[in-house]
Amino acid sequence: MLPPIFFRRLIAKSESQKIMNKLNVVVVGNGMVGHHYVETLANSNVDAKITVIGGETRPAYDRVHLSEVFDGKEPSDLAMTSREHYIELGVDAHFGDFVETIDRVAKKVITQGGQEFSYDKLVLATGSYPFIPPVAGHDQAHCLAYRTIDDLAEIKASAKGKKIGVVVGGGLLGLECANAVKNLGLEAHVVEFAPGLMGVQLDDGGSAMLRRKIEALGVKVHTSKATQLISKGSGHRLKMEFADDTELETDMIVFSAGIRPYDQLARDADLKVGERGGIEIDYQCKTSDENIFAIGECAVLGKFIYGLVAPGYRMAEAAVSQLTEEKKSFTGADMSTKLKLLGVDVGSIGDSKGIAENSRAFVFSDERDDVYKRLNVSADGKKVLGATLVGDCDDYDTILQYYLNDIDLPDNPENLILPAVEGGLPSLGVDALPMTASICSCHNVSKGDIVEAIEGGCKTVADVKGCTSAATGCGGCAALLKNVVDFELSARGIEVNTDLCEHFKHTRKELFTIVQSTQIKTFGELIDKHGDGRGCDICKPTVASIMASLWNEHVLEADLLPLQDTNDTFMANMQKDGTYSVVPRVPAGEILPNQLIALGEVANQYGLYSKITGGQRVDLFGAKMSDLPAIWSTLIDAGFETGHAYAKSLRTVKSCVGSTWCRYGVQDSVGQAIDIENRYKGLRSPHKFKMGVSGCTRECAEAQSKDVGIIATENGWNLYVCGNGGMKPRHADLFATDLDTATLIKYIDRFLMFYVRTADRLQRTSTWFESLEGGLPYLQDVIISDSLGIAAELEAQMTHVVETYQCEWKTAINDQEKLKRFKQFVNSEEQDSNVVFVEERGQVRPANQVEKKRLALKAVS
Amino acid sequence: MTTAICSVDALAKNSGVCALLTINGQQQQVAIYYLPDTEQKVFALGNWDPLGQANVMSRGILGNVGDELVVASPLYKQHFSLISGKCLEDDVSVPVFSIAIEGQNVVLVS
Repeated sequence: MLPPIFFRRLIAKSESQKIMNKLNVVVVGNGMVGHHYVETLANSNVDAKITVIGGETRPAYDRVHLSEVFDGKEPSDLAMTSREHYIELGVDAHFGDFVETIDRVAKKVITQGGQEFSYDKLVLATGSYPFIPPVAGHDQAHCLAYRTIDDLAEIKASAKGKKIGVVVGGGLLGLECANAVKNLGLEAHVVEFAPGLMGVQLDDGGSAMLRRKIEALGVKVHTSKATQLISKGSGHRLKMEFADDTELETDMIVFSAGIRPYDQLARDADLKVGERGGIEIDYQCKTSDENIFAIGECAVLGKFIYGLVAPGYRMAEAAVSQLTEEKKSFTGADMSTKLKLLGVDVGSIGDSKGIAENSRAFVFSDERDDVYKRLNVSADGKKVLGATLVGDCDDYDTILQYYLNDIDLPDNPENLILPAVEGGLPSLGVDALPMTASICSCHNVSKGDIVEAIEGGCKTVADVKGCTSAATGCGGCAALLKNVVDFELSARGIEVNTDLCEHFKHTRKELFTIVQSTQIKTFGELIDKHGDGRGCDICKPTVASIMASLWNEHVLEADLLPLQDTNDTFMANMQKDGTYSVVPRVPAGEILPNQLIALGEVANQYGLYSKITGGQRVDLFGAKMSDLPAIWSTLIDAGFETGHAYAKSLRTVKSCVGSTWCRYGVQDSVGQAIDIENRYKGLRSPHKFKMGVSGCTRECAEAQSKDVGIIATENGWNLYVCGNGGMKPRHADLFATDLDTATLIKYIDRFLMFYVRTADRLQRTSTWFESLEGGLPYLQDVIISDSLGIAAELEAQMTHVVETYQCEWKTAINDQEKLKRFKQFVNSEEQDSNVVFVEERGQVRPANQVEKKRLALKAVS
Repeated sequence: MTTAICSVDALAKNSGVCALLTINGQQQQVAIYYLPDTEQKVFALGNWDPLGQANVMSRGILGNVGDELVVASPLYKQHFSLISGKCLEDDVSVPVFSIAIEGQNVVLVS
């Protein structure tokens, strides 16, 4: 399918005569919702000239994940677009200038900077501003707000070298902000006016449980506190004085006590505003002026302001649709939400507190594991009205589907929130969900969309993810998505056969466990006891790889040799004409001048084509099989080791030059990369894997495109995992931050061995990661928190591999038995007459068929 | 009539090697596979991979697909029958040669 942007260009071109009549659309505000409007409009078939004016100095960014900037992310990681992208879309974008006036008669807006923009349609996406309680002394230094990236910079500067930070506000935003303060290394306090935390979303029980959990994390919580005065402190910068005559000293105060719609512009232009603020809109997102729309947090529909991103996006889409044939309505949105606050799972669905008159509650509270759940159902027990979940959101998806789709509850609905007992948990069959059921709310993917993707040929969860983007936002719906996909596949009679091949009715992971637990050392014994037949080119190399990961014997041992792919058999890479290429290891790309000379001499002596690889080493092509031992003998004398370019194992650890030479480097990336390459070289794995180490955030080693990426920080190393370049690029996920080298190595040991144990054959870490049901948090639990209790075993296994490392070529050239097969013919010293080279750009290359014929004719004549 | 090719020691168990033979006046590269646990023990196919267009068949992995003993081409992994030389995935085949073990020698039978 062509991307929508392509259609737009086609249309724009074919109807170029209309250019004069382009609709002039001006968007005020470039937050997440304003940006979504611009993108949606630019990708629609509306022939519009789009102008966007943003008050902040940078284009739209992901405000929801603001606190992650203190947790290893860069502000640039949050960017949702760029100036260049807007230019590509043909959007006229202006940043750092506020619209001051709307002239509704002349249909133009005027900015503080004096710029004027005419409009046919005006869209207000001005968002909201943080509410700062009018406490005396709130406007002094180190009293800050939490709303923008610029605010973060101020918070960071204020926190530097200080001990205590107070967040005023115990709601959703306040706790998010407390996380940011905690991540800055400060002792975080939350001061809330109301008696409980998150009073809007949670009932008293849930709120109390949340408090317990947050306090256990070291955050101090003060509720029912009305701040009356902020004055100078004695031990710290500031002192907060409360109405109950208590006080609290702190170095910094951040206000995050709620937001207010930014509607001043609309008020000045005499647009209708709500009683408690917000620009009034109708179902079409139109304001009281039919040429002006308002979307997102600045708008009020009925009496509601929708302060979440998803409804904001739906408003943007509805507003765009008013300019097209298809008119969509925005009639409100479900405000159910599931999130992690300071690492605590919190979920709130519908009437979460059970305020409705006919509401009947089931409550489950577990003060040992700190879990609280409340399910509100109708008086007849048939429908879900709402729910509160704290400490465990596993039931969120199921309850939400009952709620959103108005599905009748089973008998004993309390089982929905009770801990699983054998056979007790009634799971909502995904077949009961209507096609309109929303599975992924981040990307607005319905069950119908997923069914369509499966009918279009998707056969796995990963396919469906790629096709629909479902579960690629927050990832919260991953388990539900898998259930839907599995159900729909089996309903279509598509059996998902995970057998390795016809010889083994096991997955690779199962075979790994079998080999490990039975300690079987030969393929013959394994297939006799656990398989059928003689094996094949799929199971043999797989078993060879598993045994290498576990026992690490030489690849050319008599029992193992018949299992190897030709590349492993000859410890070189077969090329199209049957010759081989040779790649010695150059750890981290650091090489001695004499080694470079040796490489050149070998290439000259054996007539090899030389090329620098993407992995910072040299590849020598066109080697005859019978020359390989001699070539390696010379290379080993020059100090080289095998590079395993032929194996499913570690390729290279790419590095930048690091702090030793670079003006910007903060750590010695080359030294680290050499150590790491030497540690993991030769580790056989389900597929090849690559690593990278960058010496600073400029990321010159492109570590985030590697299976394991390491980026230096001022305090240590940030670890990224499961990236990929190649056919399906994937940006690596930030796994852990500011690690010392010992911890870094420990995590990589565990990570790699866990991958080696559990991945499918030929599954790169990136696709393996997509198939992990719990995603990144699950992987972090296993590797960092040792949730499966296997960390010690994984480390021991890695230690064994590291300690039994041998340069396979060094061993081979000293063992005549292993060199037996490096002969072109068992009965002759001749060479393969079909291997013919011609010269190109001063080096050899394989001759093509025409050239071979021409050369043969010449030889005859 | 039989012609000696090499000693059994020169073969690779459960794998292949290549010999250069003159058959009907023509030089031929012949892939020789040694499966000691089968009744026939040795098998011989042309070394030329008609799909990959290179002399590489001796370097493939041996195995079975259903009842058929096969070698997988090391280039693009198509399977060829050790008995008939037929490719299981494509409509091509490789020549089959008759060989046997006599004492300590591998011989071509013609």
